[in-house]
Amino acid sequence: MRSTWAPGRWLIILPPLLFLLIFFLIPFAFAFKISFAEAAPRVPPFTDVFSFTPDHHLRIAISLGNYRYLLTDEVYGVAYLYSLRTAFFSTLICLVLGYPMAYAIARAPKSTQGLLLLIIMLPFWTSFLLRVYALEGIIRDTGFLNTVLLRLGLISHPLHIVRTSLAVYLGIIYSYLPFMVLPLFATLEKLDPTLLEAAADLGSTPWRAFLDITLPLSIPGVIAGSMLVFIPAVGEFVIPSLLGGPNQLMIGRVLWDEFFGNHDWPVASAVAIAFLLLLVGPIAIYQYYNVRQLEA
Amino acid sequence: MERRSSVVLLSVLFGGIALLYVPILVLIAYSFNASPLVNVWGGFSIAWYGRLLHNRQLLEAALLSLEVALAASTGAIVLGTLAAIALVRFARFPGRLLLTGMVNAPLVMPEIITGITQLLLFVSMVQLLGWPHRGFTTIVLSHVTFCTAYVTITVQSRLQAADRSLEEAAQDLGATPARAFAEITLPIIAPAIISSWLLCFTLSLDDLVISSFVAGPGASTLPMVIYSKVKLGVSPDINALASLIVCGVGVCIVTARLLMMRSERRRALEARPAG
Repeated sequence: MRSTWAPGRWLIILPPLLFLLIFFLIPFAFAFKISFAEAAPRVPPFTDVFSFTPDHHLRIAISLGNYRYLLTDEVYGVAYLYSLRTAFFSTLICLVLGYPMAYAIARAPKSTQGLLLLIIMLPFWTSFLLRVYALEGIIRDTGFLNTVLLRLGLISHPLHIVRTSLAVYLGIIYSYLPFMVLPLFATLEKLDPTLLEAAADLGSTPWRAFLDITLPLSIPGVIAGSMLVFIPAVGEFVIPSLLGGPNQLMIGRVLWDEFFGNHDWPVASAVAIAFLLLLVGPIAIYQYYNVRQLEA
Repeated sequence: MERRSSVVLLSVLFGGIALLYVPILVLIAYSFNASPLVNVWGGFSIAWYGRLLHNRQLLEAALLSLEVALAASTGAIVLGTLAAIALVRFARFPGRLLLTGMVNAPLVMPEIITGITQLLLFVSMVQLLGWPHRGFTTIVLSHVTFCTAYVTITVQSRLQAADRSLEEAAQDLGATPARAFAEITLPIIAPAIISSWLLCFTLSLDDLVISSFVAGPGASTLPMVIYSKVKLGVSPDINALASLIVCGVGVCIVTARLLMMRSERRRALEARPAG
């Protein structure tokens, strides 16, 4: 191949590479550094990890106190497990709900598929915060749902949904359902229909054919959709903050409170780094090998 | 069996769609409620929309958010398109895997982590370089970061589908590589760039978590003001504002989507052999 772009190549590669390096990757190094500092009443509110003594020697002051604190104060462990559990079950419910939706769209005539996808996608792009607020308007004690149910005489006291785990589940499912449907649709759409016809010709019932052919072939979509729901759900802040109560302690909320409430930046950094290693690390490694395999 | 399963599928589909839309529709309906009580219908009124025009705090925040969204989405389409060209056209270069990773990672990174790490970067930069002070600049920089990822993904897939032979023919006829790209491939990927600009605009306009970290004490974007008001409870003027934003963003997204679909259809027609 001719080296057409050779001289200008780096003019194209460098701007995005440098920008993302400086504003996406390097920040993690700073967070890592500050997670070893200590909170201090100054601006910015933490001690220096690296400093110079008056006689120009580099002084390194590393404190492991923040990480020790994460291990000893049980709030962090509780919040981490609650986040994992909430994200896991929400993902599962999204899958159960999203799979038939994706399947129905994949089987719809080509002309309506575009429209249906647009309908599913539209909420995904519209304001996340406002959608959570809208949901709160429905499920609050004096909200739409309770008003309607009371009017109809189906209940005599309003249902308490807001500030419970149920509200957090509802919020996550409501917000992230489109993330599940889209990748599932993408794999189900590519499925070769002749395989199902062959199975039917060989005497397989539609249900059997679904279990033997459709389901195994849609596993990549299941994995992609589940990751798209699970990862942001674990780190979710807005939903537990607006819909949950004091018991719905998720790691994103703990981090927020540590930062804005306690102004303890080093502990917040340590929470972020620990969270990153425990959650995002394994997924990043998985993705890395995936990309490598695709490129090989 | 076949028929019954279709009925089940369709009812789940429409149930799911209802779940997605009912809260927003109820919110819009209540924004026209004359009564300030959220659970009492007091007749039709547009008074809450009128009140928005007199709320200085909201108007200032809205202006800041619009400026940020404009700057961030424009910056992101430049960087994102360059990244997409680099990843599609240059098979091998040092840092390719790094760039791939950095383009995909912001899409799955919990916002709260991106927000806190970027704030720590900005604070450290101010200590070392005296720049950038928290406010407009830092919000734009952090929004460009996550928007670039969306642009790259969108433009990348469009660029992969584009036919390179025309561009090569133009070069054989003496056009410089840059000119051949600008005149032949750029128009092909333009719909993807425009639609990703619109998506970035709405993503930036909507961002609460990252902005809250990097904005600093002086600046408040619209979602930050809305969040602090919503934390205090439902208020009818927020209903009005929310309805305006949801409808505005909805129009942007539908336009972006139609642009993409139209260009795809045109491409499909062109790809069909003549006669």
